[in-house]
Amino acid sequence: MSKVIVVTSGKGGVGKTTSAAALATGLAQRGHRTVVIDFDVGLRNLDLIMGCERRVVFDFVNVINDGIRLNQALIKDKRVDDLFILPTSQTRDKEALTREGVEKVIAELRKEFSYIICDSPAGIERGAQMALYYADEAVVVTNPEVSSVRDSDRILGILNSKSRRAEIGEEPIKQHLLLTRYDLDRVQRGDMLKLDDVLEILAIPVLGVIPNDPLVLQCSNVGMPVILEPKSRAGQAYADAVARLLGEQRELRFTQPQKRGLVDWLLRRSA
Amino acid sequence: MHGPDVPGYRWRDEVQREVASTPDQTSRSLPFQVRGSLQTVLALRLLDPEHPEFLAKLVEKIAYAPDFYRDAPVVLDLAAVTDRQPVDLVALSEELRRHRLVPVGVQNAAPAWLEEAARAGLAVFAAGGGTAAAGARAGAQPRAGSRRAAAMVVREPVRGGQQVVASEGDLVVLAAVGHGAEIAAAGHIHVYAPLRGRAYAGIEGDENAMIFCDQLDAELVSIAGVYVVNEEIDAALLGRRVRISCRGDHLRLEPGP
Repeated sequence: MSKVIVVTSGKGGVGKTTSAAALATGLAQRGHRTVVIDFDVGLRNLDLIMGCERRVVFDFVNVINDGIRLNQALIKDKRVDDLFILPTSQTRDKEALTREGVEKVIAELRKEFSYIICDSPAGIERGAQMALYYADEAVVVTNPEVSSVRDSDRILGILNSKSRRAEIGEEPIKQHLLLTRYDLDRVQRGDMLKLDDVLEILAIPVLGVIPNDPLVLQCSNVGMPVILEPKSRAGQAYADAVARLLGEQRELRFTQPQKRGLVDWLLRRSA
Repeated sequence: MHGPDVPGYRWRDEVQREVASTPDQTSRSLPFQVRGSLQTVLALRLLDPEHPEFLAKLVEKIAYAPDFYRDAPVVLDLAAVTDRQPVDLVALSEELRRHRLVPVGVQNAAPAWLEEAARAGLAVFAAGGGTAAAGARAGAQPRAGSRRAAAMVVREPVRGGQQVVASEGDLVVLAAVGHGAEIAAAGHIHVYAPLRGRAYAGIEGDENAMIFCDQLDAELVSIAGVYVVNEEIDAALLGRRVRISCRGDHLRLEPGP
């Protein structure tokens, strides 16, 4: 049975697209047929992060409005089997998305894919509501700072009231917290909120804590989902999150101060 | 199927359904609906409207929480000035509007003031509201039936931007009320979790309504229209179990057991 998972946040710039790309890639790596859809009409970024921007011919909006077949718009990833990207239009705006159109596309994708990842635009307006409307599960991407946590709280309310599941009274959308840009040093200095502080306010289960990692930006710049970079701590944390999404138990990493390395220890001793 | 088609109008589906269930047949062809609605409105209780520094003091108060007062509808409560000569409500309304308050009416007005209210285009509200002076309030007791409804119980967190209103009875919330959320009840409000949003108890004017919460960090709490904002709450009470009651024109916050 296929699952529709929306990656959302309310606030912009917290890492929705990076996370959507990483989770989709991770699910496909684990052998699940996965498609990731860019709902950010007008500001398309997903194809850049996935490194397929030069292969886009038709897009999500063409499929909804212009009679283009889904197979013509889907882009197959070159690195991971079972991974497909449905990019969006740069020239249109969110009004191009209609509920009926989105429903048709998702219904069709459900026949072929196990996981349908919806990369939501920022905000709580039409675009974001379209992205979450048909979701079965939601990954709420949050940074450890007050404004991001507030916006996440707001989007959790919208998931509970304006989704299809809420409207027809089905079991509510399953919610997951993905805490990104977690910078342990700054958390310890008190500049950033601790995981526990965020959990106290949002009160939803943790899917993962992604450490702040310069490799995330480097990977984005070359169009590679960070999960494909084994050296990256963020990539490893995303792989853990994917495992948890699939129901496995994994200990949280990167939330405690690291043990000092040997060199570090020697330096301290001699000091 | 829903009565005669009126040229120039097309009912949306849901409107049609509502209208179809209205016993009043004629309303089918009306381009509007009349509905009762309940709003909490600030009451500005005039104690000494001719005080030379009346406006200056008011502006000071507004400056304290400008977002809260900006474009807020206001009812002038005249209970404390019933035995005085009416003041120029036209001029007063002008001044209030100049400071971005929106005067909409008067309450507890003595007959002598009614003409002045009409001149200022202010609606006359039935005596009411928890801010009325005790003496002037004989007829303003909350309706006896207004508290008979069973308590409304909310088990899910109330998230920012959401509103939960128990318009007839008490409200019991078993999960956190987030920043930017609003909960309101005609009766008491119980929150067995952190209260971080806004809570309005006694929205129909019941001053005996109380608010109880396990962890007080509310943006605002109000009982029968008397309110305090977070900044005014004693820091020693923040984050603690607190019960809140209304004492005339102020709220009493005390640590819970």
